[in-house]
Amino acid sequence: MNPGTTRKSLISWGLAILIVVLLGLVPLYGSPYTMILTTSIIMYAALTVSWVMFSGPTGNVSLAPAAFMGMGIYTAASLGKFLPLPLVILVGAAGSFCLALLVGALTLRLKGLYFSIFTFGLVLLMRQLVLWYEVRFTHTRGRFVVVIDNTTIFYVMLAIFVVLLITAHRLRRSKYGAALDAIGEDEEAAAHTGINVTALKTITFSLSALFMGATGSIMATKWTYIDPYIAFDPFFSFMPVLMAVFGGMGTFYGPIIGAAVFGLLEELLLTQFPFYYMLMFGIILVVAITYLPDGLIGLVTKWKKGGRAANNASP
Amino acid sequence: MRVLEGKKLTKFFGGLAAVSEVDFNVDQGEIVGLIGPNGAGKTTLFNLISGAIVPDSGVLEFKGQKLTGLPAHRVCRAGVARTFQSVRIFPNMSVLANVSLGAVFGTKSGMSSAVAATAGEELLDFVGLAGASATRAGDLTLAHQKRLEVARALATQPEVLLLDELIAGLNATEASEVMDLITRIRDRGITILMIEHVMKAIMSICARIIVLHHGEKIAEGTPAEITSNETVIMIYLGK
Amino acid sequence: MIVAILDVVVAGLLLGGIYALISVGLSLQYGVARVFNVAHGEFMMLGALSTWSLNQALGLNPIIAMAVCGPVAFVIGYVLHRTLFKRLRRISASIGAFEGSSMLASFGLLFIIQNVANIVWNTQTKAYTFMTYPVSIFGALFAANRLVTLAFAVAFGVVFYLFLVQTRLGKAIRAAAQDPKTAALMGVNINQVLALCFGFGALMAGLGGLLVSMSYPMQTTMGLEYTIITIIVVALGGMGSIPGSFIGGFSLGLIGSIVTKIEPGLSLAAYYLLFMLVLWIKPTGIMGK
Repeated sequence: MNPGTTRKSLISWGLAILIVVLLGLVPLYGSPYTMILTTSIIMYAALTVSWVMFSGPTGNVSLAPAAFMGMGIYTAASLGKFLPLPLVILVGAAGSFCLALLVGALTLRLKGLYFSIFTFGLVLLMRQLVLWYEVRFTHTRGRFVVVIDNTTIFYVMLAIFVVLLITAHRLRRSKYGAALDAIGEDEEAAAHTGINVTALKTITFSLSALFMGATGSIMATKWTYIDPYIAFDPFFSFMPVLMAVFGGMGTFYGPIIGAAVFGLLEELLLTQFPFYYMLMFGIILVVAITYLPDGLIGLVTKWKKGGRAANNASP
Repeated sequence: MRVLEGKKLTKFFGGLAAVSEVDFNVDQGEIVGLIGPNGAGKTTLFNLISGAIVPDSGVLEFKGQKLTGLPAHRVCRAGVARTFQSVRIFPNMSVLANVSLGAVFGTKSGMSSAVAATAGEELLDFVGLAGASATRAGDLTLAHQKRLEVARALATQPEVLLLDELIAGLNATEASEVMDLITRIRDRGITILMIEHVMKAIMSICARIIVLHHGEKIAEGTPAEITSNETVIMIYLGK
Repeated sequence: MIVAILDVVVAGLLLGGIYALISVGLSLQYGVARVFNVAHGEFMMLGALSTWSLNQALGLNPIIAMAVCGPVAFVIGYVLHRTLFKRLRRISASIGAFEGSSMLASFGLLFIIQNVANIVWNTQTKAYTFMTYPVSIFGALFAANRLVTLAFAVAFGVVFYLFLVQTRLGKAIRAAAQDPKTAALMGVNINQVLALCFGFGALMAGLGGLLVSMSYPMQTTMGLEYTIITIIVVALGGMGSIPGSFIGGFSLGLIGSIVTKIEPGLSLAAYYLLFMLVLWIKPTGIMGK
């Protein structure tokens, strides 16, 4: 953990506030297209930062973002007609939180691999369950989402992202952030130091799911028509992982840069090369894991330092 | 006063009894040694006490409070801390951060990060690592990492400290420094149960010694009694 | 009444046979090569769709197509291991780190393979017909192709089991699964064995896909569900245990068949419930240590 000088952190804070303010001006001065694109990038950034909030320090890879995002999307699609927007987002967030609590309580006390594979199938399970429910009880195959104007979506998404950043930052700097790091280094030793590993992991995991759910709820209007297949799409588990691995998980701006890069790429390539861009992303993920274990940020840091300090304890 | 007590502790791994019907007790202020050939079940016994694993049968008590089946973090908070045979510090965190974690999370009532940092500095000084606070823990030598682990365990304000082969792998100077540290810990009022292979250390600082072999307790007594015990001599020389 | 029960039971066995076969592949890849291959189902999908293409383009029936699809799947798996996973193993600090990064890499592979398939075959559902005439067993009617599927699934499983137990290479594989370091010391070419296992895993998946294609329609997205089911089978039966995969596979097949009879559309939920139970009670699975 870096001590970080006061000047360095002041600069970081200043930059962060500046960026948020600049972003806030996009709807006023940018074209509608720019605003929608920026919304998309902020959405990806939110998913990635929340994913890193848990999976980064602990090393427990969650493949469930799509399930939590999907809960948010489907909540908005179902309740959007009956509840005001803030409540819809709250319900979406709360639903994802509860689902994550259940999953976490069950699987986070086991080996990390079991957690990962349980979360891997979660999106498909949710899809099937929701589909079954709709077919069996409500007899609706799909739902039309209540339309919200793009400017509102932008500002709400930005607000969620800002709250997320503040939460993630506070967590990181708190004693719980240190505990999460310890868990990632040596879970058993952390437990013997008095840390309630399962409880802390479960709550952090649920917190990250909460933000994914909120993101889903506000972004639901990206699609005018929602069915379980559209809402629960494994692609939204893939993207945060790709962006985090590529951008680097040790810092805050790493995932954000990853989100910006791939959000832009997706936008540019989506219409022209529908399957090719996803293929390319898959290749980039494999290459990044193999050749860029610390992500792009890690690579840049390595260049700046000109090689790393020795990593071993001498015998 | 009896601080730590185990009755008929048993643990099977597959079909093999790693620990079999072991009774033991430790009184306040004692330094008790736990010895035995490799595979005797010493570390398994520690794992049972610290909550890393759950016994198949038997009871563990700490100051009359039932310890059996409690998860590791609860055992730690209750007042029983341990170190590991393969030094398990948090290598990518600073030395001070390692120790502070123990103070923040491992004490009965918890502590704020600021207070924990002060307590941590004091402990680092106590174990002889003053000035290393900001060093990355993984960059320390093995001997210093062992001390860090002790400091971290002490930060949880234990009443009983389990030390697993603290002296193994150290040269003569380091070893005597550690032995001195152990007595200073006891002088602070902490009861110690230590696994050790270095006989000289065990014989000189332990008031009482428990001998395990194939998971069973085969002898118990003062150093003098143990060194003259025929069964003990057999198992160490008779192989 | 008997017919109804038989209906469900045999349908369950048919499904289970496929699950078992594909699960053996995953079990091999994780049990020996320590790669948790979440792209496993994609190999199955490739097997299914290649068989369809061979059927459409050359009129080959699936039994003959086995001679093509099997070896090709094996080679792809083998090469993948020798290039990607071997390198990952080298750069990983520990087995745990390798398991994590190889799983993530296979996650990337999933998207690569699925999108290559989308480009080659497009996203529409496809099917072909093969031996669809009905066969009667104690009064219950089943399509012949499903019975052929079951027969081959069991046959492959048995052949492979015998291979593991009787042949020298098979024993090397089992040794490597138990203790790679010692096996290497005893002269087993570990890298070769690991890559072979990965290849065999892909082979099982590919053949499983081929068998599925005989009786069911297919699309490029079909793999994910099979991957998840396979994961649950392996968790239930015990990671790295081949008999366990068979027990788990047939169990899940039966459960799926029963649940589909009572409440269609809830089969995956039932599997997940079972998954949760296994994780709660005995995470290492029925045959696991």
